[in-house]
Amino acid sequence: MHDTAHAHVGQHAAPTSFIRKHVFSLDHKVIGKQYYGLALAAVLIGMFLSWLMRLHLGWTNLAIPGLHLLTKNGAPGDVMTPEFYLQLMTMHATIMVFFVLTTAPFAAFGNYFLPIQVGAEDMPFPHFNMMSFWVTFVAFLVLMSSFFVSDGPTLGGWTQYAPLSAVGQVGGPGEGAGVVLWALSIAIFCVGQLLGSLNFITTTLDMRTRGMSLWRLPLSAWGWFITSVMGLTAFAVLMPACILLILDHVAGTSFFVPANTVINDQMQPHSGGSTLLWQHLFWFFGHPEVYIAIVPGMGIVSHVLITNMRKPMLSHRVLVYAMGALAVLSYMVYGHHMFVSGMNPVSSLVFSFPTLVITIPSTIVVLIWMGSLYGAKLRINSASLFALGFISMFIAGGVSGFFLAQPSIDIMLHATYFVVGHFHLVMGVAAMFGIFAGTYFWFPKMYGRMMNETLGKIHFWCSFVGAYAIFMPFHYLGLAGNVRRYQAFAPEYMQHLIPLHKFITIAALFTGAAQLIFVYNLFVSRYKGEPARDNPWQGTSLEWSTPTTPPPHNNFGDKLPVVYHDPFQYGVESSTGDYVMQTSPEKAGPDDEA
Amino acid sequence: MSTTTPGEITMPMPAPAPSSLMEKPAFSVPAKKMAMWLFIIADTATFAGCLVAYGFLRNATPNWPRPFHSITNLAVMTFILLTSSLTMLNGVRAARAGNKAGALRWTLITAALGIAFALLHIREWMALIDEGMTLLKNPWGTGLFGASFYSITGLHLTHVTGGVIALIVVGLRYKGGRYNADDLEVLGLYWHFVDLVWMFVVPFVYLLNLAH
Ligand code: HEM
Ligand SMILES: [Cu+2]
Repeated sequence: MHDTAHAHVGQHAAPTSFIRKHVFSLDHKVIGKQYYGLALAAVLIGMFLSWLMRLHLGWTNLAIPGLHLLTKNGAPGDVMTPEFYLQLMTMHATIMVFFVLTTAPFAAFGNYFLPIQVGAEDMPFPHFNMMSFWVTFVAFLVLMSSFFVSDGPTLGGWTQYAPLSAVGQVGGPGEGAGVVLWALSIAIFCVGQLLGSLNFITTTLDMRTRGMSLWRLPLSAWGWFITSVMGLTAFAVLMPACILLILDHVAGTSFFVPANTVINDQMQPHSGGSTLLWQHLFWFFGHPEVYIAIVPGMGIVSHVLITNMRKPMLSHRVLVYAMGALAVLSYMVYGHHMFVSGMNPVSSLVFSFPTLVITIPSTIVVLIWMGSLYGAKLRINSASLFALGFISMFIAGGVSGFFLAQPSIDIMLHATYFVVGHFHLVMGVAAMFGIFAGTYFWFPKMYGRMMNETLGKIHFWCSFVGAYAIFMPFHYLGLAGNVRRYQAFAPEYMQHLIPLHKFITIAALFTGAAQLIFVYNLFVSRYKGEPARDNPWQGTSLEWSTPTTPPPHNNFGDKLPVVYHDPFQYGVESSTGDYVMQTSPEKAGPDDEA
Repeated sequence: MSTTTPGEITMPMPAPAPSSLMEKPAFSVPAKKMAMWLFIIADTATFAGCLVAYGFLRNATPNWPRPFHSITNLAVMTFILLTSSLTMLNGVRAARAGNKAGALRWTLITAALGIAFALLHIREWMALIDEGMTLLKNPWGTGLFGASFYSITGLHLTHVTGGVIALIVVGLRYKGGRYNADDLEVLGLYWHFVDLVWMFVVPFVYLLNLAH
């Protein structure tokens, strides 16, 4: 009885109407592409905002033609006010963290490829899946709408620290309606992620085709699965936190505002709450979130590297266990964001320890990559270059984490550009490189055409050099005492840093422009690219055994595949060449279980 | 790959895939039930977040009031909710035994008990509002008391209300044949969870705040 119910879920006939096909589609592949499109739109907006910020940082009081169009009174004479700078910064970060780094590596690629890689026709709950995208889309609209209400979006930063985030208008431009829209948007976003996570986990555990044991899942599938487990509980805590924040605004409660708070010379009517409570709730989500952004990239990069090295990782299982350990530990370290928050210093010690422990699985993952790459004849293409770039960024950004993890050092570095450099490399750029690697690798399967390799390589080198040029100097700025979230460097001790800021701005404009090469490549290849074969990279996992490219509505036509192997039968001698696909019953070597 | 290779099994569409074509579901839990368990895990995190926040505020606030004098109403509400878990069990058991009428009856009784709980709860809220306790202030101490009381019990009440609606809808559709005993069981999981959460709300939000 259970089994029949189980087999029924997830099946639905091919759509016939335009709306069902392209708008409210139930097909995980269409939903994946919709998520990708949303992330692409979001990342372009986010990047544009960062350009505005960088221009202002390099040349304070520079008039940026047309800037006044974005804001009611944030740019008199097209010159950015300090408040408007902070508003742009907050929107940049919120868009990037939530609508790019969470949606693209996880929701976009995961939706498209997880069901195919486990050998299913779709996810078990296609309606939830459709809702998850449209809910996320609405969340994005709500966030963007704050540009157009009263005095614009919130200026509180993506961490939205209380009390400024909770007191309303008096906290500054955007601290009224702007914050409410921000919190509403994030709360809605949480619902979308919950629906997505439910589908991802049930797909992985329940929808695997015959022969696809858990250990035969490719590493990308493991990345999405582990991420969805994190997403299940992290967002479930952020959502009530956002609702309490909204209550503080619209109902006048004081969850996050202590008594006798004076802001802008005004005594606040609130009484009794705690600003630290917000930080606890936020970071309990916030730290898992950074791993939600990076673990899918780890999976994608591993998958891309294995295919291009033509050999498995040193240890598939250890890599999976390490990613799992990251997920578990990510819940225990969140207090390292609060070392200087006024929390009990003993708590700092308590949180510092797991923070150092979490460097162990991170290091193991990196060592497995490096060890596997050592001596491998890596095929160099855009996908594998970005995979290497991912590792490079992850190391470069991760090393600074070791320093930040010590409360005594963090007292000096907290809230400086050092932290900004740390997370832009380890999370921002690394996760973006994971997205790029995945795009160059899977685009042929998604659209049936190849991307242009030459443009891809130019894109890589510009991004790689550019990202280091932008974010490495951040560490130096931080050590020199440059505080983050400042819009101008007026104090004398920061004056000599301005030339460096100018350099960074130029690098940022250049690197951002290089991303347009990618966008161009994406669109031109979509329509004019060379037609792709079913398995252009000689891969082994199930997405390469679909009967057509792109896969048909139910992924495998009228047959479900049967799996005979681990997903990494490379470097063997077989009838197809140096690899054996998971669906081939051919024995790949003495150790193969087939 | 259009011809049948040994790596594939022919499967006529759109007939449902025979379960033998799938790897055995992990832990033998079918997808719907698993999704409900996962939702319960997420919801546990939500309630835990709220209760921890409440504990945090309560500990950090010196003039935390303890206004409750009697637990009679609370005891009746708790008794009703516990009973409704029992009637839910009966409903699922009847459905398993193929007793459609019985299953529907027990499900609707469960919904009725849920409604009774909600009504008692709302009456209690009304009485507290009459005594001057609002989201913002109350006659006894910090305004946070009302804010956290109404948010946490309100979150729970929302769950009860959603559950009652689901019980009625699923019950009727079960009778109509659209849902089966499995679906009723999955809904039952949710209902027991709502009950279980209440058992955490009672000590933290009520009993800790009883007048000495
Ligand atoms: C090697 C392991 C890591 C350690 C020990 C570590 C440690 C830290 C510490 C202690 C901070 C707080 C600094 C401060 O605010 O004063 C921090 C900030 C941050 N880390 Fe890491 N980190 C590690 C890896 C990562 C990874 C893998 C990501 C993302 C994928 C990440 C993303 C972030 C972000 C986004 C922030 C700043 C958040 C903000 O204040 O806006 N970190 N890290
Ligand atoms: Cu962290």
